[in-house]
Amino acid sequence: MQKSLHIDPAKCTGCLQCEMACSYEHTGVINPSKSRIKVFNFEHEGRKVPYTCTQCADAWCMNACPVEAIVIDAATGAKVVKEAICVGCKVCTIACPFGTVNYMADVGKVQKCDLCAGDPKCVTACPTAAITYVDADWTGLDRMRSWAAKANTAAVAA
Amino acid sequence: MGWNRKVLRVNLTAGTCTPEPLNMAWANDYLGSRGLASKYLVEEIDPMVDPLSPENKMIMSTGPLTGTMASTGGRYTVVTKGALTNAIACSNSGGYFGAEMKFAGWDMIIFEGKSPKPVYLYLENDKPELRDAAHLWGKTCWQTEETIKASHQDPLIRVSSIGAAGENAVLFACIVNDLHRAAGRSGVGAVMGSKNLKAVAIRGTKGVSGIKDFPAFLAAANAGKKVLADNAVTGQGLPKYGTQVLMNVINEMGALPTRNHRDVQFEEAGKISAEAMHERRPTDGRTHLVTNNACFGCTIACGRISRIDETHFSVKNSPKYWGAHGGLEYEAAWALGAANGVGDLEALQYANLLCNEHGMDPISFGATVGAAMELYDLGILSKEQIGVDAQFGSAEALCKLVEMTAHGEGFGVELGQGSARMCAKYGRPDLSMSVKSQEFPAYDSRGIQGMGLTYATSNRGACHLRSYTVASEVLGIPVKTDPLTTDGKPELVKAFQDATSVFDAAGICIFTSFAWTLADVQPQIQAACEGDWSMEKLNEVGERIWNMERQFNLAAGFTARDDDLPPRLKTEPAKTGPAKGLVNGIDKMKPEYYKIRGWNTEGVPEKATLDRLGL
Repeated sequence: MQKSLHIDPAKCTGCLQCEMACSYEHTGVINPSKSRIKVFNFEHEGRKVPYTCTQCADAWCMNACPVEAIVIDAATGAKVVKEAICVGCKVCTIACPFGTVNYMADVGKVQKCDLCAGDPKCVTACPTAAITYVDADWTGLDRMRSWAAKANTAAVAA
Repeated sequence: MGWNRKVLRVNLTAGTCTPEPLNMAWANDYLGSRGLASKYLVEEIDPMVDPLSPENKMIMSTGPLTGTMASTGGRYTVVTKGALTNAIACSNSGGYFGAEMKFAGWDMIIFEGKSPKPVYLYLENDKPELRDAAHLWGKTCWQTEETIKASHQDPLIRVSSIGAAGENAVLFACIVNDLHRAAGRSGVGAVMGSKNLKAVAIRGTKGVSGIKDFPAFLAAANAGKKVLADNAVTGQGLPKYGTQVLMNVINEMGALPTRNHRDVQFEEAGKISAEAMHERRPTDGRTHLVTNNACFGCTIACGRISRIDETHFSVKNSPKYWGAHGGLEYEAAWALGAANGVGDLEALQYANLLCNEHGMDPISFGATVGAAMELYDLGILSKEQIGVDAQFGSAEALCKLVEMTAHGEGFGVELGQGSARMCAKYGRPDLSMSVKSQEFPAYDSRGIQGMGLTYATSNRGACHLRSYTVASEVLGIPVKTDPLTTDGKPELVKAFQDATSVFDAAGICIFTSFAWTLADVQPQIQAACEGDWSMEKLNEVGERIWNMERQFNLAAGFTARDDDLPPRLKTEPAKTGPAKGLVNGIDKMKPEYYKIRGWNTEGVPEKATLDRLGL
């Protein structure tokens, strides 16, 4: 089964454990500035929103790359940057409509979410299950279930 | 290793920023944050120094667990000689600022001297820079943060700053970071203001790489997180209700100080409780509470984000206060509410917002208003003197006085001196509900006896966060003790004081101690820091920190007489509730406590005690 990251912003508390876990997994250093998932804090609305790559099926970043440095991980469906091939031209960062591919000036390469080869560390680190890793064909399942529960109320009452 | 091994020394007089290696021998004895920064302060300043003079220093410090995956590992501490207390001050804060300092490659920043003009420190990794802050002076903490981020075109900068209160030497001014977290008590913000230092802005992209044994650390951190998640207080109560869940609990115990401690139960406690924050308002159909909120790395998330009713008199003409903001926490809700007899939740939120915006400690502010209301009630202060009809229970007076104090207008200047100085000025020093000039927090020591000793002996003046015996006396953590007796409290207070010193020194939040004991923290420190960090050693570090702070205060002129409570708590029995008829037994507990501490009858550590702790 192919799986997909699923983010429920309403559950996010803004603790940044996901950013720490992501950066540690990929760089060996606890360093949110190198995280591939970012939590945005809309202070005046009281909302926190984790945001990362959606792994587009027909990915702009992959299509734009002139050296074919972005490839599909067959097992997970993740679009993965091959650092050895990446020349740091940044065209993918322009192509991505969501801004989730970013250039790292210190290494001269781009980085993006690679789903940690099927074991996303942000998911394990999240204390509130705001980030989950679920069946890619059923990312709406939780929301369907909650609406289904509401729709059933009248029937139960009757 | 946990530490970055690097200190930034900022001489504001000369305008220089100089890196230096962290004293690792001291780190081994004092761990970090509160402990290590206090060691630096004690070594570097004359204890008799005027807190607001250039000779005082102010240290911002992280701990070895700050900026790591350890739950709540985002704390930093501000250590200085307190403007409100003249004692050693140590105020700690969450948010994101502490971790950012660590990510920039530093353990602590020492500020010394006084800048000839307003400046802010901009620290981008290894590059410190003192910048002109003329355009920031006079701005609120919120505007300061926004302006700095905009001018550097970097929304990822973390900012810690003072508002008008710190600029105007309000003696309980705090330092605010990340909009609504604060190093709150003892007037650390006034010290920062006296140095003409408006803000510290940090961007750190280096991260924390120096964990001694990463796999072991992750295992220990994860085990700790599980304990927090499985605990009813840290896993369910605090995230849902926040600290304010205590309002009804403490009120029922007859330990909710009301109207400047005249009463111990507040008839409107329910209206300012956590449960009330969840109720829908008739005016707009919304709940007061918007969401809970975590500080960096925190898996508890007790913080409150809420919204005021736009039709409330305090904000109806000020749309800028209509958005979501931090608060209310239990202490602020109590100090702005029960302490003054005010039961208007919206007014409390407004007063709390202004405290955040202008950088004031809501505990000391609210309690000082309570004292002023009593002086007014007794006819010692008039309406003309105060500028408002300051009756107990007046939400209008509270909202007006918070504006006056923040802006240094009229009677607000007197309130800004804190209750001890204000009450002394009007001939009734006994009406200041404080120890070492710092106002009590939200637990009446007639109904929770151990808190009397906690307050009396706290090294930073009255404070609940130095030995939170409420955990034991009310919640039964780690063991239940009877709140109405003094039996066993000296031992309990010492144990809590020493353990709390270690939690603070590690860089984590003391709220973890609802679920964690030191045995849960020890494996995390052991895996993160080089050296041996056994339970035995950590206990000794805690005791050493406590005695070091004590030594500083003795050298600053404090004596055993200052380890005392206001006469009201010793002579006026609680009028209602389970503690009815009781006063606090401080005079019984204190000699026993001194003895257990290894101090003489004057509260001075014996030579054997100092030798044992290497002091």
